[in-house]
Amino acid sequence: MTITRLSRRSLLTAGGSLVASSVCGLLVSARAEGLAPTRSMPGGSNNYRPGAPIVQRIGGGGFWMTGTVRRAGDGSPLPGQRIQIWAHTTEGYEPDPKSHGATLTDSNGVFRLEMPQIIPAFGQAHGHLAYDSGEFQAVFLRPVMSSSKNTSLEAHFVLQPV
Amino acid sequence: MRLARVALVWSALATAVVVPIAAAATSPLLAWRDPVYISAGFAGVVALGLLLVQPLLMGGYLPELSAHRGRCIHRWIGVLLVVAVVAHVGALWLTSPPDVIDALLFASPTPFSAWGVIAMWAVFATALLAALRRQLRVRLRSWRAGHMVLAVFIVVGSVIHTILIEGTMETMSKVALCALVIAATVKVIADLRGWAKRWSR
Repeated sequence: MTITRLSRRSLLTAGGSLVASSVCGLLVSARAEGLAPTRSMPGGSNNYRPGAPIVQRIGGGGFWMTGTVRRAGDGSPLPGQRIQIWAHTTEGYEPDPKSHGATLTDSNGVFRLEMPQIIPAFGQAHGHLAYDSGEFQAVFLRPVMSSSKNTSLEAHFVLQPV
Repeated sequence: MRLARVALVWSALATAVVVPIAAAATSPLLAWRDPVYISAGFAGVVALGLLLVQPLLMGGYLPELSAHRGRCIHRWIGVLLVVAVVAHVGALWLTSPPDVIDALLFASPTPFSAWGVIAMWAVFATALLAALRRQLRVRLRSWRAGHMVLAVFIVVGSVIHTILIEGTMETMSKVALCALVIAATVKVIADLRGWAKRWSR
């Protein structure tokens, strides 16, 4: 008669691998469902000028455009991504080259660019942001300010690899 | 006494139309707009003001104005309205072409654009209906019903368009003018339908 003895070690090993596999399974399924990529907004690419230069600040500043860039699926932050920003501000119209500028995300996938105050144009105070560098699918955003008196606006990108 | 009433009605109408225009002229947004964009906005404000005059003329509510004279002026103001709408859309097009193309294609992210475009087409259709009244050879009652339906589209579309926009118009004067436009339209439609019923008896 053989008695299968469950030693403490085998129990821990078996239990550990069970926990590990279920955690892995959860992670895999989480990744499979994943973080959905951001879709371009209607009108997002209006007055877009490809290749706007990377700048420290657009014009005189005073208003902050901020946001994050992450990868679709696992949501990991994407550093060094180029985000282009433009708007109708106190210093110029949307089509004006001087109203356009670009910035790069930091190691946490965060971007932050100072620009002139956005003012209502075409009936709404709104900004434009673009990711259009090729590595991921292009995304054009057009966030609307909850109040035109605000001095900052944020927009977030979840990018899908091409 | 009669003279006082005449003066009161006409000055009230002038105030209702001029105050919103004057208020828009003080908008801080004007500092950051060039003359083309500014004229686009004012063409819109003027058009809204004309929408108040139109039903008042047809209802015969303006004193010292015969029915014939009222209709004649109503026609000319209709022409002005078309000009104002074309100037409004045209100047916006010059300011930012892609935004106007989106609006005309009903693909704009701003909900008020579609209402403006509906009102614009209703204005053009009304102008066409008025210009071709003789050629169309429809009964006056049918023609008038068609004109009224289009007028409702114009007024509802324009008012929603205006209210939702954050632009150069000052809020209080904007809401007041919109309310007056709606009130005048409802009143004239109610009265004219009353006449139509009386005539058909």
